[in-house]
Amino acid sequence: MKRILIMGATSAIAEAAARRFASRGDSLFLVGRNAQRLQAVADDLMVRGAHAAYAYVLDARDIERYPIMLDAAAERMGGIDAALIAHGTLSDQFACQSSIEQLLQEFTTNALSYIALCTQLANRFEAQNQGVIAVISSVAGDRGRQSNYVYGAAKAAVTSFTSGLRQRLYSKGVRVVTIKPGFVDTPMTAAFKKGALWASPEAVATSIVRAIDRGTPVIYTPGFWRAIMWIIRTIPEHVFRRLKL
Amino acid sequence: MAAGSSWGRWPRHEQRLIALNDRFERLPDAAPMLPFGNGRSYGDVCLNNGGTLLLTRGMDRFISFDPASGILECEAGVLLSQIIELTLPQGWFPPVTPGTALVTVGGAIANDVHGKNHHRAGSFGHHVIEFELLRSNGEILRCRPDLNREWFCATIGGLGLTGLIRTARLQMRRIPGPWIAGDSQRFTSLSEFFALAADSDADYEYTVAWLDCASSSRSLGRGIFMRGNHVDRDGATAPTARPWTMPFTPPVSPINGLSVRLFNALYYHRPSARAPAALWHNRPFLFPLDNVQNWNRIYGPRGFFQYQCVLPGTAAVQIAALQEMLLRISASRLGSFLVVLKEFGELSSLGLLSFPRPGATLALDFPNRGAPTLRLLEDLDAITRAAGGAVYPAKDARMSGVSFRQYFPRWQQLREFIDPKFSSSFWRRVTGSTT
Repeated sequence: MKRILIMGATSAIAEAAARRFASRGDSLFLVGRNAQRLQAVADDLMVRGAHAAYAYVLDARDIERYPIMLDAAAERMGGIDAALIAHGTLSDQFACQSSIEQLLQEFTTNALSYIALCTQLANRFEAQNQGVIAVISSVAGDRGRQSNYVYGAAKAAVTSFTSGLRQRLYSKGVRVVTIKPGFVDTPMTAAFKKGALWASPEAVATSIVRAIDRGTPVIYTPGFWRAIMWIIRTIPEHVFRRLKL
Repeated sequence: MAAGSSWGRWPRHEQRLIALNDRFERLPDAAPMLPFGNGRSYGDVCLNNGGTLLLTRGMDRFISFDPASGILECEAGVLLSQIIELTLPQGWFPPVTPGTALVTVGGAIANDVHGKNHHRAGSFGHHVIEFELLRSNGEILRCRPDLNREWFCATIGGLGLTGLIRTARLQMRRIPGPWIAGDSQRFTSLSEFFALAADSDADYEYTVAWLDCASSSRSLGRGIFMRGNHVDRDGATAPTARPWTMPFTPPVSPINGLSVRLFNALYYHRPSARAPAALWHNRPFLFPLDNVQNWNRIYGPRGFFQYQCVLPGTAAVQIAALQEMLLRISASRLGSFLVVLKEFGELSSLGLLSFPRPGATLALDFPNRGAPTLRLLEDLDAITRAAGGAVYPAKDARMSGVSFRQYFPRWQQLREFIDPKFSSSFWRRVTGSTT
């Protein structure tokens, strides 16, 4: 049995991963904004076999309350073995271009909160000489594109930060897993037309759980995104700047 | 399956898709609306041309399960396959399962689905302890046989028109294990089928027959009768058949008169058709096609029709009507791959619009070849009407309003329970109403 903290537990990917943890009897500490939905997820996970499932209401932007939340998680579960950080918003690029306030908010939600939480988890895990920090970044963080570079830049920060953190913690027995999903068919996108590039949250969750179990440094999910993003990163800037991506 | 398309892939309708993610959301203001589960109904009961579909698959949380009593509560977008995955290892099974486990609980209630154990268990509605119905005005109705009973009966088999079923509480059935033991035997005539059915109903939980509808008049009514009970079998290993996907839609369906006759003859004569002591895993026995994703694509870009009717009366009357149908189908040379014949039990259905009623039920698939297929199906309807039977709305895309109103004489009663902001392509088609 593992004791797992999940930040953003009502998101489709996190919930799908949580169901896999639950069915093998793990303990789960679920953090999210909406109390009612969070409790519904916790009840569901208990039915599916979780050893325990605690709901904890917190807005990811309340960064100063993270220490209290982490204390609560450690106390309720009797410790923390792994954390999956999966909250986030899909930024409205257009709105962020005209509103600095919105831009900073998106950055807080998708980058600063991640960095702050990773740091605190890192210090705790370093002290206990074990632990896994799994973080949902995105393929969008591999290169900024005009259609969503605010979100992309936030995720690039997460990717770079976790890369450094991974080095720092490696010798301490703590693993840092950077997860880069591509297009995921979540309830948020259920009404979109889906092409061959879309993956289900269940498939993405399966690879996340495997990566956490193995301590894989970086995963693209589905795996073909590694090739797609390699191509996109390789395009020379004087060509890239003309593209409508 | 693409959201917004039915299993028969005909008709094709355009509608706005709105995904519901949990049971706490209010309904959007997007009339006319219709809940859409996993898209396993064949025709247009799950379509809403020009309107909105409320996609319910995001509502797939369990709420509680008590392994002592077998009572399960869940959101309405949970699939029966997910329930089985959860409860089978704990010794419980859905009390009624249709031919696919890939249906939502909400869809199973709204179509009051039945299975191979109808003679014992009745239909799905008989096992619903309670459900919550969300109306477009925000009102939530808790419905049980003894609370809001009229809403309970209008919503069971109510084709999703009375509001959104949010959650349901179901009584599961205790079973000893994942296996089904029984036998399989050939029969050469319809009267033999009825004798087998009468003989088996008392001792077997599940009975069903496959009928060779492509055979010539000499061997008309031949088929294979299968029956079984849930058992435990130590040491038996679950089938490991990997699921596969029908990867594309062939431009011309390979299902035609010749391939159907060939398949049916081979299927009838295959050695395992006669198995005095058979042991099946529940999946191949109850959900034979669930291992092939998108099998409906085999029927090509024009899709297919399913026709399922029930024919009441004495065995002699049923045989006469069935024979007439089989002759008509045989003459059309539009024969069907998957013909299923089953004798319903006497338990009367709860829903105003429930399909199951005492009699023999016959289910067939026909590739959509346009006018000749529609003519054949209308001829079958004439036989069903004359026999005082009914056709299953969940499988229909073409029955006339006249037929519908004869098959479901209580349809007018349903009207007062229909949510003013709900409608469906099916409902507008068979009632001629504009909303």
